Amino acid sequence: MAIRTLLIANRGEIAVRIIRAARELGIRTVQVHSKADVDSLAVKLADEAIDIGPAQAAKSYLNIPAVIDAAQRSGADAIHPGYGFLAENAEFADAVAVAGLTFVGPSANAIRLMGDKVAARQAAAAAGVPTVPGSDGRVDDVETARAVVAHTGYPVMIQAAAGGGGRGIRIANNAEEFERLMPQARAEALAAFGDGGLYLEKVIERARHIEVQILGDGENVVHCFERECSLQRRRQKVWEEAPSPVLPADIRAELCRTAVSLAKAVHYRGAGTLEYLYDDQTRAFYFIEMNTRIQVEHPVTEFITGIDLVREMIRVAGGEKLRLRQEDIVARGHAIEVRINAEDPAQNFMPNPGLVSGLRIPGGNGVRFDTLLYPGYVIPPFYDSLLGKLIVWDEDRASAIARLSRALGELEIDGIKTTKPLHQALVADREVQAGRFDTRWLERWLEENATRLA
Amino acid sequence: MAIKQILSPLPGTFYRRPAPDQPLYKNDGDSVTAGDVIGLVEVMKSFNEVKAGQVGKIVRFLVENEDAVMAGQPLAEIDA
Repeated sequence: MAIRTLLIANRGEIAVRIIRAARELGIRTVQVHSKADVDSLAVKLADEAIDIGPAQAAKSYLNIPAVIDAAQRSGADAIHPGYGFLAENAEFADAVAVAGLTFVGPSANAIRLMGDKVAARQAAAAAGVPTVPGSDGRVDDVETARAVVAHTGYPVMIQAAAGGGGRGIRIANNAEEFERLMPQARAEALAAFGDGGLYLEKVIERARHIEVQILGDGENVVHCFERECSLQRRRQKVWEEAPSPVLPADIRAELCRTAVSLAKAVHYRGAGTLEYLYDDQTRAFYFIEMNTRIQVEHPVTEFITGIDLVREMIRVAGGEKLRLRQEDIVARGHAIEVRINAEDPAQNFMPNPGLVSGLRIPGGNGVRFDTLLYPGYVIPPFYDSLLGKLIVWDEDRASAIARLSRALGELEIDGIKTTKPLHQALVADREVQAGRFDTRWLERWLEENATRLA
Repeated sequence: MAIKQILSPLPGTFYRRPAPDQPLYKNDGDSVTAGDVIGLVEVMKSFNEVKAGQVGKIVRFLVENEDAVMAGQPLAEIDA
């Protein structure tokens, strides 16, 4: 059933993005908000706004009964979760369905399956998608562990099967280290978790982060090519682009084919992303996880394909079949997105909320700025530091970098520190210009250059 | 001895415990030294320790665990 009123269960720039897509489809929008977000741009733009609780996200944006109640009171027939908050919460997707509403996203079962690392890895392997070589489950004795390492090779990561959060991870670079570390890891796992089971996985050195955008309607699935997001700080993406500057055409075709086959295997509905590690020395790629939501960096894909991904996910949620056939989806030119955060890159990225006393937004051909900002807005301290995404498109990568440099020069956000100086340094960097980086490149670069980013 | 206030250095959410399942950093009546942590302020998903800043005895906390606080807002009274 076509959606008539859409409730946006999110905030910030993605809420603005969803309101725009809905309005173009003739759909009425309801924006829920915390008490700290009453003056937000999304609240000003939406047709209706509903206060769902205090500033703290746990009491508002993460409060499932409050969100469902707001949907019922406002007559919404669908809920878009955006990214973060409740977007990948299967209980929320279930609650939306129980309330008789449409969830703009995949089924709760698909969210649950992909949210479980081991289950997702097994689903990937069953669909023929390469995963990082490892033990495929727990290992309880040294003999089995030796057999696993015989096929993964070194370096290998040893961690407690019962653990989590990186606790007790050991990396063995050769057989001698392995024989020494394996008993230590077992003893520590037993002491810490009462369970000596271990999990082994090959360490992919010098990996690049490459991900494939897919769209599904529960039956058919198409891909919209890849994005590369290797420039990261503390596992947070900082700069994203499409296409990847290094992926050969035959590997791209194979990567996208495997993404579609996994998404089809789980009857995927909506927009989703399959994340991979790519080793450009060996040209091998490994599935790491699937994100069952729209992603922050979706606009780079929109720029190279001309597809409005948020619009398509709303249409599919409303019951339409995919309008796009794979052969209709063509990538053209190069797009880059940089994240403008309220952080001071010269002060170890210290958060910097406060009053935006002035704002100049860049424009011109091939420039897009998705933001929550307006002049005079007071950025609240309670949420993510993302203020906006500056996205550019041009015919090729070198031109796109030149255009990004030009657009960054036009961008002015007065009153607070932002990550703009970081991006101005990156566009001028020879390694970035040459596309020579991996997921650890930016942290190494920051150790030498951060103090110059004032 | 005089009653002074410990002010929040940042705007954000104030926490009186290092983690939800752990005890309070400090209770009313506790003695503190300048380097003692009395709570955390979460600003834009980053956590920052708040220290007592002086030797003394905490008279009482002026905000609850998980309250939203402004920069410069008094968090506790200290008899220093």
